[in-house]
Amino acid sequence: MPYTAKIKVTLRQSILDVQGKAVEHALKNLGYGTVESARIGKYIEVTINEQDLLQAERIANEISQKLLSNPVMENYSFELEHL
Amino acid sequence: MADVLVGVVVFPGSNCDHDTEYAVASFDGVRPVMLWHNEHDLKGARAIILPGGFSYGDYLRAGSIARFSPIMQEVIEFARKGFPVLGICNGFQVLLESGLLEGALSRNRDKKFLCCQTNIRPVNCATIFTDQYKEGDVLSIPIAHGEGNYFAPSEVIESLEEHNQIVFKYTDGEGEVTDEANPNGSRNNIAGIMNRQGNVLGLMPHPERASEKLLGSLDGRPLFESLFHHISGV
Repeated sequence: MPYTAKIKVTLRQSILDVQGKAVEHALKNLGYGTVESARIGKYIEVTINEQDLLQAERIANEISQKLLSNPVMENYSFELEHL
Repeated sequence: MADVLVGVVVFPGSNCDHDTEYAVASFDGVRPVMLWHNEHDLKGARAIILPGGFSYGDYLRAGSIARFSPIMQEVIEFARKGFPVLGICNGFQVLLESGLLEGALSRNRDKKFLCCQTNIRPVNCATIFTDQYKEGDVLSIPIAHGEGNYFAPSEVIESLEEHNQIVFKYTDGEGEVTDEANPNGSRNNIAGIMNRQGNVLGLMPHPERASEKLLGSLDGRPLFESLFHHISGV
């Protein structure tokens, strides 16, 4: 049975997130006075045809490092779901 | 003597490839040769240029998918052997993603896509890309990008400064490096950097768009002249 890797890629805190800032301002303009900040990231679902959880985990890690995130400015995390 | 070949890589979504081809063709002694992303053949090129544009639609991150294209495996190998590689705008993004240069480019500080003339100064004129410039030259060269905000951790910036790897900085008209002259929020006003060996340069401004009088500036020409002198052994 394959796994779905639900991968989140987020900008590091030290990186200015201009999209997040624009959304934050829009929310404040809408009157949500308690909104303090907004940050935008990416959500990527990858189906991995592996039977073994550890193997699927290894692949999810590898693709996140190699392609899906840029470690200079982004962090990633993922969950694996058995299909 | 036969013309020396200069490879211009064409990714799906490149849009400055023909401008670059046109600019290269305007110099004596060199001839552009187009290299399709899906090929492995550098066709005898002595220098490679990665042009501007939106390779692979800028999907995921600018340059991130182009970096894994077949031609880039050859370009990376070519660069590691010490041959010259120049990345302009999206080409700079591809060089960073491929690890040939250090750092990353994020969204412009003011959220805008910027398409305008900028002043830059060559801060290292002792490179194969800049030896036809003089210290103190202030160049007028256009930029056109949404993600040109150069970022690297402080220790990387320090190391780039220390090893003279910062090649171009954004300046005002007098050549002063000021915050107001920084169009996109790049750290230390960085507009272009090279690798430690000095054979790989990436920059956000477009020298190919400042290589003809009709376009309003010839300030990009010395960059190509420097590089072409180098590969022609002049």
